[in-house]
Amino acid sequence: MSKPKLALYWAASCGGCEIAVLDVEEKILDVAAFFDIVFWPCATDFKYKDVEAMPDKSIDLCLFNGAVRTSENESLARLLREKSKVLVAFGSCATDGCIPGLANLTTKDAIFNWVYRESPSTVNTDGTIPVTQFTVPEGELEIPEFYESVHTLAQVVPVDYFVPGCPPQAHQIAAVLTAVMQGAELPPLGSILGAGDKTCCEECGRSRQEKRLKKFYRPWEIEPKPDECLLDQGIICLGPATRSGCGALCVKANMPCRGCYGPAPNVADQGVKMVSALASVIDSHEPAEINRILDQVPDLAGTLFRFSVPHSILHRRQTEPAQAGAR
Amino acid sequence: MKTDDGKFQPRIVGFLCNWCSYTGADLAGVSRMKSAPNLRPMRVMCTGRVDPSLVLRAFQLGADGVLIAGCHPGDCHYQEGNFKALRRVLLLKRILQSFGVDERRLRLEWISASEGEKFARVSTEFTEEVRALGPLRLEPAMLAVHQPEGEEVLA
Repeated sequence: MSKPKLALYWAASCGGCEIAVLDVEEKILDVAAFFDIVFWPCATDFKYKDVEAMPDKSIDLCLFNGAVRTSENESLARLLREKSKVLVAFGSCATDGCIPGLANLTTKDAIFNWVYRESPSTVNTDGTIPVTQFTVPEGELEIPEFYESVHTLAQVVPVDYFVPGCPPQAHQIAAVLTAVMQGAELPPLGSILGAGDKTCCEECGRSRQEKRLKKFYRPWEIEPKPDECLLDQGIICLGPATRSGCGALCVKANMPCRGCYGPAPNVADQGVKMVSALASVIDSHEPAEINRILDQVPDLAGTLFRFSVPHSILHRRQTEPAQAGAR
Repeated sequence: MKTDDGKFQPRIVGFLCNWCSYTGADLAGVSRMKSAPNLRPMRVMCTGRVDPSLVLRAFQLGADGVLIAGCHPGDCHYQEGNFKALRRVLLLKRILQSFGVDERRLRLEWISASEGEKFARVSTEFTEEVRALGPLRLEPAMLAVHQPEGEEVLA
């Protein structure tokens, strides 16, 4: 019998998920022995045309990390969906949009302006901006289109399972892969694998007193006490809105949870759930004072939606009709 | 949504607290006060019960404006619920702005059970304000299948 086929792909990602796969250590040898790795651009030399040549549904398991930001990401997402029996959104980018998804709070034009024109380190006297097609003496060149928005994988193709985390923790990856290799029955489609079913707070050993606050701190501004809830100490911690599964790694290192495991179970929108949690701890009844307290937090949206902008209900910067008319 | 005369009719969702503002709205009704018909009232036990995700869901499902109305400060049936709503709304308005949605589409008002007139005035005022802002059309989150030019899709 031939071995089950495994594919791994990275779209708009940093490469951390690829490293996380190798972090399963010696188990990677079991993975290599059990599966026939048919596509893994980060580690092995395969071409897109190799995948195109495969019969439909011939890949047994595809771990897709990275968000969908360009037309190249999109076409690979569609291609791998076609070729794979089980497609897994692997890591926070593919699941929730993650750090690349923060770009949805601005526009493609603004990004290109900054990167290719305005940033102090840019020297671009010709004002060159990437275009998808360009003619050179040797012929026509084509590069992928940069989309207006960053999308999660499930916003592009149907996804079978989700493994959250930035990156997913090695012990969770190992558990998922081991279960697959041992032939365990797969959970219902759409399930989140390799994570807990509670909030990050459940894994955090700190004591919470639900203090009311008049001042918020950034992590570098104070030295937080190691046994008290960070939110109680005025540090914005996304634990209450975030799914468990990482073992509360960041809070154990005295840093706040930033939310990489995505929305907690039964939470539609992680950032908005955090709006609710944060509003509860502010100690004021006066609009002016509440606004002063909120002014202390630079980039509220970026903090509360750090890993989840594309997955959130509003999912990107919207255009009001008045602005649309002005354009 | 537009009426026959082509005028934009904003859809407005109103989360009204059971103890004050819903009763106030009722008073406006039984007193036959005139107000804009655009507001769809939703009775909730307390404004403190209005999770911010409900507001965003309303926008996602087609609301152009959301009104949250509850008891005056100090009058909350549950003591603190309206203050919680106040903090949430101030925070949520900032989030809306970051996502490019005009914060005026979300409004918080204190309307007591005896203020039928205030309810009628606020719902008319808010309707006009949202009408001036125009329809809120959230962009679809799904990435549509790219159709090469010239190729028609068979329905």
